This record gives sequence, structure tokens and C-alpha cells, in this order.
Amino acid sequence: MSSQPENTLRVNDLQVSVADGLVAVQDVSFAIRRGESVGLVGESGSGKTLTCRAVLGLLPATGRVDAGRIVLGDGADEVELTGARRSTWDRVRAARVGAVFQDPASYLNPSLTVGHQLAEQLRIKTGLSRRAAHERSVELFAEVGLHDPAGVFHQYPHQLSGGMLQRVLIAIAVSCEPELLIADEATTALDVVIQAEILALLRRLRETHGLSLLLVTHDLAVVAESCDRILVMYGGQVVESGPTEEVLRNPQHPYTRALMGVATIGSWHRRRLDVIPGQPPAAGEDMPGCRFAPRCAQASASCTAGPVPVADLGAGRTSRCVLTTATTATTATTATTGQKVPA
Amino acid sequence: MTTAHELPVPLLSVRGLSVSYAAPRKGTHLGTGAALAEADLDVRPGEIVGIVGETGSGKTTLARATVGLVAPAAGTIAFAGSDVGGLRGRARRAFRRSGQVQLVFQDPLRSLDPDLTIGEIVREPLDIAGTLSRAERQERVVESLRLVGLDPDAVLARHPRQLSGGQRQRASLARAISTRPRLLFCDEPVSALDVSNRNLVLNLLDQLRRDLDLAVVIIAHDLSSLAGIADRVAVFYRGRIVEQGPIRDVLEDPAHPYTALLTASAPSIGDEDRLRPDQLKPAPDAPAWPADLGCGFAHRCPFVHDACADQPRPAPLPHAPARQAACHVATTWRERLAPPHPHKESA
Repeated sequence: MSSQPENTLRVNDLQVSVADGLVAVQDVSFAIRRGESVGLVGESGSGKTLTCRAVLGLLPATGRVDAGRIVLGDGADEVELTGARRSTWDRVRAARVGAVFQDPASYLNPSLTVGHQLAEQLRIKTGLSRRAAHERSVELFAEVGLHDPAGVFHQYPHQLSGGMLQRVLIAIAVSCEPELLIADEATTALDVVIQAEILALLRRLRETHGLSLLLVTHDLAVVAESCDRILVMYGGQVVESGPTEEVLRNPQHPYTRALMGVATIGSWHRRRLDVIPGQPPAAGEDMPGCRFAPRCAQASASCTAGPVPVADLGAGRTSRCVLTTATTATTATTATTGQKVPA
Repeated sequence: MTTAHELPVPLLSVRGLSVSYAAPRKGTHLGTGAALAEADLDVRPGEIVGIVGETGSGKTTLARATVGLVAPAAGTIAFAGSDVGGLRGRARRAFRRSGQVQLVFQDPLRSLDPDLTIGEIVREPLDIAGTLSRAERQERVVESLRLVGLDPDAVLARHPRQLSGGQRQRASLARAISTRPRLLFCDEPVSALDVSNRNLVLNLLDQLRRDLDLAVVIIAHDLSSLAGIADRVAVFYRGRIVEQGPIRDVLEDPAHPYTALLTASAPSIGDEDRLRPDQLKPAPDAPAWPADLGCGFAHRCPFVHDACADQPRPAPLPHAPARQAACHVATTWRERLAPPHPHKESA
């Protein structure tokens, strides 16, 4: 193995369109290193869910990947996911990429016990015997912090609370030791105590399993506590990226600053409820230049004059804003976010 | 906004309210059927009261009992001085139709009739109240839409699905205020919205209570959305109000260990000096407390002791009479706090 950190996922210049060729995600590039957690943040409709659905090969019926590459793994394990066939997906899903979503109840079969559903996956994907799959399931349930795992095995989804169901889904998602776990708004519907527990569980699983995590959320505060790096999406593009701490301490893109203004901030006496004026652009809306410009307080004529390139700010940081572009000499339209090709 | 010296007469005064649904079948883990036990709550005109608590803690049950959708098993609900909890039949229907208390629901896509236009949706409560002429009703619809910041010309003829999430929730607010209610119950009004729209709707509620001298109750599962807007907050746990008081005091200096766990668990930006959730959970090797003995929170509480076998009653805090907490160690648990584990939870 080389000294370079291994990539779990590389997405390059991804473009996704939905119904009738409306471009909903464009020019999205990022990489996730082994064991790293990356937060994908943005408002509803920013393209964050479509991006991770593309990675999972689970785009809606009308959606398709128009351009770009999605590559899982590095070196000998490398698998090209763009245009992959069903047989490739069967080898990748669950075994190498796991996923959990916002509403756990709707991802489980209500008429089968949760243990059956976990054991089923283990038997199919790892070829365990019925008995071994049962034993492994109980172990996994214990590992995700479910009390009385042997009892939970025989329960139906309706007998468990939302937090417990999310733990069941996480157990299923990590059961086949995937390299990458995608959590799409996985804690949004849970109350804060359970949310904190689930986030702590994800952190623990990353440490014990060497999992990479792609955490999709609209809440910057969630990312602040659980992600190494952050990607801020707006109108289908990544507008800023970088190490979480740096980005939150010194955000470069006005949209990131706006998001921080509306995010849940820890100090309770901060009695302020900021609002980002206006609405995000609709999918496929044809906008020359910066897509945030109509809602941006610092917008000028140069923002809408032409496409705004991604500026590489060094130290793994990028920003797609004319203001940051103007202050840095390096502009890069093709080499984009995430891992940089050494110059 | 209200001071201890001069409290206005409460518009809504709930005393000892208990509500019980039919006992669920064995093994379904839904508790004993008591959805709300001995709740006391006052809401004054122009005040925003926040209600927080996890799923199934009785928040929605309180709202449903207040508008007369479920009958209380015990206790009284006084609205503007008259008991509405005991209303039956014709009298209850008349109270509901008067539109003095209105409910706003979490998901406008599901609570608004998809076949009606926004104009019809907002007018419907007025048609039911039947107190205004046709022209007055139409005028009221337009006025209500303006109050929530929607352009009447643009939305009147539209259907709910043709609006964005934030606009839809504003339309459901317009519907709720069209009868000029005196009390608005908002059940998770912002949970289905993303952060920016969330703050927009909360600001709007703040504006409406000023413009219309509304009393507002906001049910939330998330403390942070209440932090910027509510005057007081009541924390529910397992069907009981475990703590209530002015929101800043409650959030910054929680008296009940459950409230402390809530504030410690809230995700936040910024490294402030605050308690960590693991300080407020029982040690893994602590003896298990029976889940149904005494205080409902005892089995999750690191400060549990013999006295907790008796359900603690809500009592004013000695140092802050405007606050109440139902905990035997409300004033002393901080002294027994385990030292923080600085690296254990850090991201």
C-alpha cells in the first residue's frame, strides 16, 4: 500500500439530471479518504440527496447520471460505479457501501422481524448459515447499542421506537463490513438525545470498523460535531469545501456564512433567528454565473457575468465565489474540490 | 416579557390534567396508556410557550385535549376563565367552531386538503364559524395571507402542492389565524422544514403574536428552534411536565436532569464549556432501576436514589419561584456530577 491515504470514494465532475433533462447536480467533485467522515450540507433541493443517491445507484426513475465518474475504492479494489450493471451493484451494495436514511420505518419490511431482515442480508451477502447469521445478528444488534439484542431479533418494526429502528438500520448497513456508510438525514427525525447517541454510534463504528462516512444533513451543527471535512452544496453545485473546523471558523462563501447564521448555535442566549432571503433555484434553472447571487448580500454584476470557477484556497479548501477567486491567483475549473492533485 | 410583579391573567389554564388512551395490548412497549399525567400549564395572551419532549411524552395529547379532540380523564382546562375540558356535545362543538383555539400541524402537505385552493383552505374555518358575511370572509382571507407574508394574488388560486414547503406552512398558519383565534397550538410547525425556512416560520409566529396579541404554544422536539423565540418552556417526559420556566433560565441552568441531558445533547457549532451527554447518563455498571417505579426518568438518571421511588411533584425552585421542576435533586444534582470525559465524545 502506498503512503498516500487510500480513497474510499472519488466523485469527479458528476452531473445528474432529473425529469426531462433538468440538470439538478452539476460539476460535483469530491473524494472521501479511508476512515474519513465528510459532511454534505445544504438546503432542501440543493442536490445533496441526489448526489448520494447517484453514489448508491438509487436515483429516481427519471434521474440519470449525465456525466462524471463515481469510483469506489482504490487500486485493485477499484470499481467504476457510473453506468455499472446490476451484477456490479449487487456486489457493491451492502458489501461495500451501506446506507441509512431519514425514516427508518419505511426501509424495513413491517411483516418480518428485524432480526430476520438483518440475518437475511448476512446469509445472502456473506453466505453464513442460518444459525451463524442469527448469532452474528445478535452481536451486531448489541454492537449498535440495542438493549436485549436477542429479544430485539424477534421483534417487528412497529414494536420498536424510531431511535431503535435507526440502530437496526445501522446494524444492517454495517453488517457486511462496508468501506463506506452513507447517512442521508439519518438523525433528522429523531429527538436530540437520540440524535446525539446515533452520532456517537457512527463515530464509534468509524473507529472500530475503519468506516468512511458520508453524512448528508441540512444542519451545520450536526456536521460540526461529527465530520472531518465539509462540502456545502447549493443549487446542485459544491460551493465550498474544506476541513470542518477551518470552514466553520472562517467561511469563505457567503452561502456558508448564511447557513451558519441559520444553524443551531450552542449558546442559548443568542436570541437570533436569521433567515436566508428568497428561495433556492429550481432544478435545471438556467442561471449564468453564481447560483446563489440572487440571495446574496454581496452580489455584484461580476457574479452573474459568467460561470464562477472553483477557487483552490490551499490546505484542502475550495470556494466557488467571485470574491474568493479575486483574492487568489489560482483558479481551477477542472481540478475541483476535495483531494488535490499535487501541483 | 412578563414580570413576576404583574402577570396578566392566563388565557389558558390547565390544572392537574390527565389523559388516558386505551391500554395497548401486551408487549407493544407503548406504556400503560396514560398519555398525560397531572399536567399544570398556564399560557398568557401575547406569550409564546414552548413544549419540548421526546415522541410519546404527551405534548400532542395536551394540544388535543385543549382543543377538545380528546376528553380528559382528570383535571380542568380553563380557557378565558371558563372550563372547556368538561364541555360535551353541542357546547363543545360550538367552542370548537368558534375558532378561538386553532391547531397548526407538522406537515402541511398532509394536513391541507390537496383538492382545495389556498383561498378555499384559508376560508374554510370562517365558513364553519359562520359569523362573517361573504365579502367580509373574502377580505379576511386576503388579510390573513398578507399577515403571513404571502401574496394573495399569487397563491389564492393555487393548490398546496404548487407551493414550496415554507410557503405551505405559512398557508396553514394563515388558515389557523383566519378566525382570529386567541390561542394557537402549533404541533411541530417547523420539523418538516429546513433551517432557513424554519427560522422564517418562527419569526412569523413571533410577529403574529405581537400583531394579534395571540397566545402561542409551540410543540417541538428540538430545543434550539425554541431558544430564539419562546418566552417560557415546559419540558415533558413520559406524560409529565418535569420542568417549566423562562426559557433562558431553563436552557442555561436546567434544574431537571432530563432537561440537562436535552441541552447537552443538542448539536452545536462552537466549543463552549458545557456538560456532555455521558455525564448525564447512568454509569454502565450502575444497578438498573425498574422502568415503572416512581419517577419516570429514574431509570435513565445518574442521580437516582431511594427517594425517586416516589413520583416527585412539580415544585417551585427555591432560588427562582417562577420556575418549577419535578425532581428530588433539582437543586443538588450538579454537586454530584461526574467529572467530564474530555476526549471520549469529541469529534
